[in-house]
Amino acid sequence: MEIYIVLKLVWWALLGVLLIGLAVMVGMDMGVGAGLRYLGRTDRERRTVINMIAPHWDGNQVWFILGGGAVFAAWPTIYATAFSGLYVVMLVLLWSMIVRPLGFEYRSKLPSQRWRNLWDVTLFISGAVPMIVFGAAMGNMLRGVPFHFEWNMVSYYTGSFIALFNPFAVLCGLMSIALALYQGGAMVMNRGTGVIRERACNLLTMAGLGALVLFTVCGLWVWLMPGYVLTGGAEPAGPAMPLRKTVQKVSGAWLNNFAAYPLLWLVPGLVYAGVLAGIACARRGLSHVAWWLGALAWAGTIGTVGTAMFPFLMPSSTNPGHSLTVWDASSSATTLGWMLAFTAIFIPIVAVYTSWAFWVMRGKVTPETIEHDEHAY
Amino acid sequence: MQELETVIALSRTQFAATALYHYLFVPLTLGLSVLLATMETIYVISGREVYRQMTQFWSKLFAINFALGVATGLTMEFEFGTNWSTYSHFVGDIFGAPLAIEGLMAFFLESTFVGLMLFGWDKLSRGKHLLVTYMVALGSNLSALWILVANAYMQHPVGSEFNPATMRMELESFTALFFSHEAQAKFVHTSVAGFLTAAIFVIGISAFYMLRKRHMAVAVRSFRVAALFGVFASIGVICLGDALGFISGEGQPNKLVAMEGLWETAEAPAGFNVIAWPDQEAMENRFALQIPYVLTPLVTHSFDGTITGARDLVHRAEVRIRDGIPALVALETLSDNPNDRDALRTFRIHGDNLGYALLVKRYAPDVTQATPEQITQAARDTIPPVGPVFWSFRIMIAAAFLMLGFLILATIYSLRGQITEKRTFLKIAPWMIPVPFIANEAGWVVAELGRQPWTVYGQLPTWISASTHSVGYMIFSLVGFVAIYTIFIIVEMFLMVKFIRKGPDDGPLPPAEPAVAAPGHTSQWSQA
Repeated sequence: MEIYIVLKLVWWALLGVLLIGLAVMVGMDMGVGAGLRYLGRTDRERRTVINMIAPHWDGNQVWFILGGGAVFAAWPTIYATAFSGLYVVMLVLLWSMIVRPLGFEYRSKLPSQRWRNLWDVTLFISGAVPMIVFGAAMGNMLRGVPFHFEWNMVSYYTGSFIALFNPFAVLCGLMSIALALYQGGAMVMNRGTGVIRERACNLLTMAGLGALVLFTVCGLWVWLMPGYVLTGGAEPAGPAMPLRKTVQKVSGAWLNNFAAYPLLWLVPGLVYAGVLAGIACARRGLSHVAWWLGALAWAGTIGTVGTAMFPFLMPSSTNPGHSLTVWDASSSATTLGWMLAFTAIFIPIVAVYTSWAFWVMRGKVTPETIEHDEHAY
Repeated sequence: MQELETVIALSRTQFAATALYHYLFVPLTLGLSVLLATMETIYVISGREVYRQMTQFWSKLFAINFALGVATGLTMEFEFGTNWSTYSHFVGDIFGAPLAIEGLMAFFLESTFVGLMLFGWDKLSRGKHLLVTYMVALGSNLSALWILVANAYMQHPVGSEFNPATMRMELESFTALFFSHEAQAKFVHTSVAGFLTAAIFVIGISAFYMLRKRHMAVAVRSFRVAALFGVFASIGVICLGDALGFISGEGQPNKLVAMEGLWETAEAPAGFNVIAWPDQEAMENRFALQIPYVLTPLVTHSFDGTITGARDLVHRAEVRIRDGIPALVALETLSDNPNDRDALRTFRIHGDNLGYALLVKRYAPDVTQATPEQITQAARDTIPPVGPVFWSFRIMIAAAFLMLGFLILATIYSLRGQITEKRTFLKIAPWMIPVPFIANEAGWVVAELGRQPWTVYGQLPTWISASTHSVGYMIFSLVGFVAIYTIFIIVEMFLMVKFIRKGPDDGPLPPAEPAVAAPGHTSQWSQA
């Protein structure tokens, strides 16, 4: 197989890894933010919950930033087309996300209850909205987005902003926030005690079950809705030029890959297995296992979308021939190669020091511990 | 066409606003992280409690500033895609790589360890905590390195070539991209400017305490560490600025003429315009005050170099536009038939000037029909707005020398142990805090406005780089950003001032602590 094809496939897999990393790590903190007012009833309890993720939210958030950078480097056409096409949605995402660092950093700097309530609201918004937008963006990729290119690769988005919040996309968004709440619940169980831990367990259970229902509904919807099929052009080893292929919309086509390779049904199976086993573990107090099973469920969710769409990344609903696929939206072989080298070296290093950081800050966070900690939020 | 121009203007305004705003917080993070590492090193080596208090106090202010740097940096990471999609497609193969590596190598490091730095005081041994602080400083400065590698590519695109098969620039040599002189000089200049910013910030606040005789132990020592640190930084920033000017002068002669207000080609020895009133329309200075002989050695680092003026650069651009037009025509043919041999041959000959042909497309949508007037107009566009670039440059330089003088005085007073008596100096010091910030912003304007009319110098004009949004979308996003960022800065300033007023948590000091306000306590530095 030609090296360029291998690189494209590897980077398709790495895109998945990145999205999973983003969903698990950022999603966890966002789940905690979105569930904050439920997990903590008093200001003391809420501060306790916030301080469980205080040392880590910033490092975790880099998954989101790296997601942007890596898509730019490895899939520049996706970066250019998706982020400009989904403009208003991206603004909603960015504006809700940029208040989060301030919410964490500034909330407990003043004793005023009104000040803190205000920041609690921003933590809720900056937890719930980005995860809904993240899921809804995935949903829109499955449906196809109305865009096309001129001959010189200038892209045009021809849909409305409201159309991006269609019912299917909203369901995907809710599925995404549900899994985030599950993951946040697992995190708070890990580091919480007493009533906070109980609430976190309930949150995890409800959110996990909700996620499974939504995942099932979305799955049935995908089965009925039109998918995209590559019918010509787009050589796997060809240059990154998406304008020279033919694509057809066919109902139910997103299930073709599963039909061709039935083993792939294991991928959506991971979602059910992960969440159900995770809830069972959490209720027996094994919250660390539940956390990892939640990560597995995220891997299954994103893996399911990727498997269903392969080789498509971003289909065009108005001009299917201009859809972006794994074969024609990537960087050059040189860039993919260099980026792979950097990723292979640095992701393990990042994993090591991130683990070390979690290990250093391990242990329970209780209302009592933060009272005595002058460095706490 | 009118709508396109409006969208470009709004996209540029939004990018400049968000980048300049982000850049208010970044230099302080760069410098303060290194200052924190310095203070904590002294703490670990000397074991003196006051240096721990210093580190903890300044890291509180660091955190308030850092939060906004991170928040506004999120916008930047995505803004190329949201607002400059044609640019992103055109150079993503090259430009995306340093951004991604920045995340992998630098930002992960900085952000993971910043949590440990702020929250890990009781959980880590002294040595380990020091290591964590080093990692934060290393991470933030490595961040600057990769971002400036990316930025240097926009200024001086090296290591890449246009590929007609994909309609974009593609990476030829990663090492050329990384080792670009522009990138290296820019990185050191910017990082050191950050050190300078932090030094003035720490000095200003320390002086504020000394005037009120509060937190003297922390203030006097912070002042001294920052003054010494700042002197070296200001010398560094000026030297590297000179190197950067020299490198830019070679790679971007059009930026240079704007920085110097130089319309006519200048044979050696040329005079330096200290102040001038440039008239872009007439291509001359209505008024100029010159120092004779100075410009030639300053710019060319020689005594006999010739500096090409704006008028001659416009003539050169006309030639390149005419030469580039066949390349653009050939490219359109290639988009229909990628294997057209004649078009490929034409493109090989004229491809280097493709960007120049795109300049004239702004006025003549069918470039083969471009009139001589339209070509001249496009060629004149290659000179960036001289007035703003010229004046920003002078503001930056004046600020740098002002800070150098201030820091030399601060160091002398501090080392002699006289600083607490120099009331006037202490009164001026807090008012110096805005100066580095102004210099940083002015430097950004010189670099990025001086790059116009290109997003990628000589390759891709700005007017074609933006996303194809409607005017309505752009107004919506611009208003949104301005509103949110305004609220942010109010909250940040409020907290910053509140925590500065509150001051460090002195706590009980070891009784052996010498009286810091007493004159002649220079030995403290050597003790530390």
